Amino acid sequence: MSFNSIVMVKQVPDTANISGQVMKEDGTVNRAKLPAIFNHEDRASLELALQIKDRFGGKVTVITMGPPRASDILRECLYMGADEAYLISDRKFAGADTLATSYVLSEAIKFIGNYDFIFAGRQAIDGDTAQVGPQTAEKLRIPQVTYVEEIIDVSETSVKLKRKIDGGFEILESQLPCLVTVLKDALFPRPFKARRVMAYKNAKTLLELEKITEGNSLLYIDQLKDEYFNKGWYIHTLTMEDLKLDETRCGVHGSPTKVHKVESVVLAGGSHEMIPPSKEGLSKLIDHLMEDHILG
Amino acid sequence: MANYFTENSDILFHFERLNLKEIVDFLEDDYSQSSSYPDAPINYDDAKENYRKVLEIVGDLSANFIAPRAASIDEEGATLENGKVIYAKGTQESLDILSQAELMGMILPRKYNGLNFPTTLYMMAVEIISRAEASLMNIFGLQDIAKTLEKFATEEQKEKYLPGFSSGKYTGAMALTEPDAGSDLQAVKLSAYQDETGKWFLRGVKRFITNGNGDVLLVLARTEAGTKDARGLSMFACLSDETIKIRRIEHKLGIHGSPTCEMQFNDTPAELVGARRFGLLKYVLYLMYRARVGIGAQSLGISQQAYEEALKYAKAREQFGKSIYNLPVIANMLIDMRVTLESNRSLFYATSVWLDRKEIYEDMIERLKAEKKPTNEVNEKLKEAIKISNLLTPLTKLILSEASNKITYDSLQIHGGTGYMKEFPIERLVRDARITNIYEGTSQLQVVAAAGGVINDVLEDYFNAWERKDYKGSIIKLKETLIEIRSIFKDALKYVKEKKDSNFQDVASKDLVELYSYIYTGYLLLDEANENQNKLFTAKRYILDSLAKAKKNAESIKNELYSDILYADSILI
Repeated sequence: MSFNSIVMVKQVPDTANISGQVMKEDGTVNRAKLPAIFNHEDRASLELALQIKDRFGGKVTVITMGPPRASDILRECLYMGADEAYLISDRKFAGADTLATSYVLSEAIKFIGNYDFIFAGRQAIDGDTAQVGPQTAEKLRIPQVTYVEEIIDVSETSVKLKRKIDGGFEILESQLPCLVTVLKDALFPRPFKARRVMAYKNAKTLLELEKITEGNSLLYIDQLKDEYFNKGWYIHTLTMEDLKLDETRCGVHGSPTKVHKVESVVLAGGSHEMIPPSKEGLSKLIDHLMEDHILG
Repeated sequence: MANYFTENSDILFHFERLNLKEIVDFLEDDYSQSSSYPDAPINYDDAKENYRKVLEIVGDLSANFIAPRAASIDEEGATLENGKVIYAKGTQESLDILSQAELMGMILPRKYNGLNFPTTLYMMAVEIISRAEASLMNIFGLQDIAKTLEKFATEEQKEKYLPGFSSGKYTGAMALTEPDAGSDLQAVKLSAYQDETGKWFLRGVKRFITNGNGDVLLVLARTEAGTKDARGLSMFACLSDETIKIRRIEHKLGIHGSPTCEMQFNDTPAELVGARRFGLLKYVLYLMYRARVGIGAQSLGISQQAYEEALKYAKAREQFGKSIYNLPVIANMLIDMRVTLESNRSLFYATSVWLDRKEIYEDMIERLKAEKKPTNEVNEKLKEAIKISNLLTPLTKLILSEASNKITYDSLQIHGGTGYMKEFPIERLVRDARITNIYEGTSQLQVVAAAGGVINDVLEDYFNAWERKDYKGSIIKLKETLIEIRSIFKDALKYVKEKKDSNFQDVASKDLVELYSYIYTGYLLLDEANENQNKLFTAKRYILDSLAKAKKNAESIKNELYSDILYADSILI
């Protein structure tokens, strides 16, 4: 009994280290101005997939939709233990909202096929929508379990999971295949493994290989691709054309969501008030908190 | 994210400068290993890229995983419960993650699932990890035990012990010290005896054994009953089992995460490693040399962190209307710390490369012999490497461990009263540093070990070559200062030699060894300054400071400062 997993990962701006002009006028993020990192919850979801592989065997494939430099996190997935990686990249994917993104990802997953689990982080720290996972499941017409903390057991046809809910948790059982979104605090992702880092540091996407051949007329891209593939260094690269996608459903054309306005909210302390440690003081405090909608 | 490798410009400076080509070419069998192992490099540049990538992992885990656990490890410490040693939670978690990251067999061959790294890169990792949590080094650094087995054990023994080290399943311990055999290991009593089938068993007590609870133990034992010296001692390996009782663990001033055990061997089955009667003379000596360099790395890591704490505090702390960093007296102390740190690092990596060379030449000779090829050329190189590393290893251990005490002391001083409180990490660093100039041979013993090389002036040719070398601009002036220090040294050495008094020589050795270290380290810094403008300040302060110290060292010798030792009984009332 072994299980194949596909893990959806995303490279996100490092919002913990924001500086300078990171927001563009149209309200989207100027990614070039921010260091890019592996979305924490996606890394946790990869950890869960790898734990299933450790326990039962099978294959872990990672996919990301993003610009060419998103290959960085795919290499990091290989360093952690992923078997195969796919970069889904096309200029026509730019400006995608969750609807367009989940369309592309679900089609890529159909293209790769042969899976028991789809894993994703609960949400990415750039958009915080938590929609791509669920929408992908809908498009694949498979069950989804969100906010997962733990996989309790797996049988050949079903999985039992622990899911966080307000004030506690619930234990659910789902048929396989299913899509699972994972909370970052549930799992501590394994570190990069030294030997895998050395073995996969040269792993490249098709776009990166093309760059190598650009300046060298003696190198043919197909040969180079074969060479990298044979060494296990090839990061599969899929474009809109490879996936035979409907262009009107991709990128900015396929995205009904438009950012209306972005506001910078500065949270600053105002005045303060001494409340005496008495019964009256306490009820006054509660009144204040209710007025501010902190309580109630 | 913080990273103790990529964000430490001085370590990076040394990393970039390292020239290990001869060593790596040999270690990688001229890169033929890359055809069977996907992680093996295809050429020297690729190897260096591998080292960089792996040190990035070490730097990341050290800064973000291990360092945040240091305070709790110190507070909790290792404990003994029902005869079983339990690591502090943070120690165990750190070891687990280092194992997961495949960093526990850095210097073992790939055949045993190791990373096949040169010693120098491993030492860099030891330095980085020590900065995060000094006592974790005492367990991480036990990879030297695995290396010793790799060097001297039989193939069968290696298969048995080494893969477990690489995976992190096994930790080790070197069981040498006994209640009556500390610095004087010749006095080891723990006995090894054979039954009628020839199997060996160990019986006796070991004390102050770092990680004595480890799984693979290297034990120094007396095989030749009735003997009293080193020639009756042999080396054994065994897997820990129920015949070994951990009687107690020590309550120490510092390095709380490292369990220091008193162990009783009750007829413990063991295997002889290497040849009988060479336990201390060959194998322990080999292990000790590596371990001493390891303590150098530990000292350096602690020093780095103490410096960081001082700098951070001095910038943040305001007195007299400005941050104390802006007070000349404090700035001066910080510069002293920084210069000591950087000069120590230069000395350290030079020593480490010599150790690598020594070991590679030894292995080269083995291989040439097996191929029935002449070894003359490598023999000469080995002779040189042994001579130099026999001097530099104790010298480096001496200088770096004493410096880590001084730097942590000064860092606490900069913190003022706050530094004396438990709330700030500096008091822990002071306590952790205190062991470095005691264990693996006290500073006084390191002087003895280094003195021979100093008295025979084994670096003479190197110093001559440096004196002939052309330097740029203001560096020329510094070279002249080093020439002056060297003549002070020669003068003092001549005085000691002519006196022909071995007691006097013993006491004066400390000054001579220090004098010698100024010249060697000074030239290392001179070369660095010649390449990199930023190093000029370091070189300048180090060399000028050394001149002042050199004069003091020489005066102490020539003014017969120590002659009153003859009257010790009258003074020490």
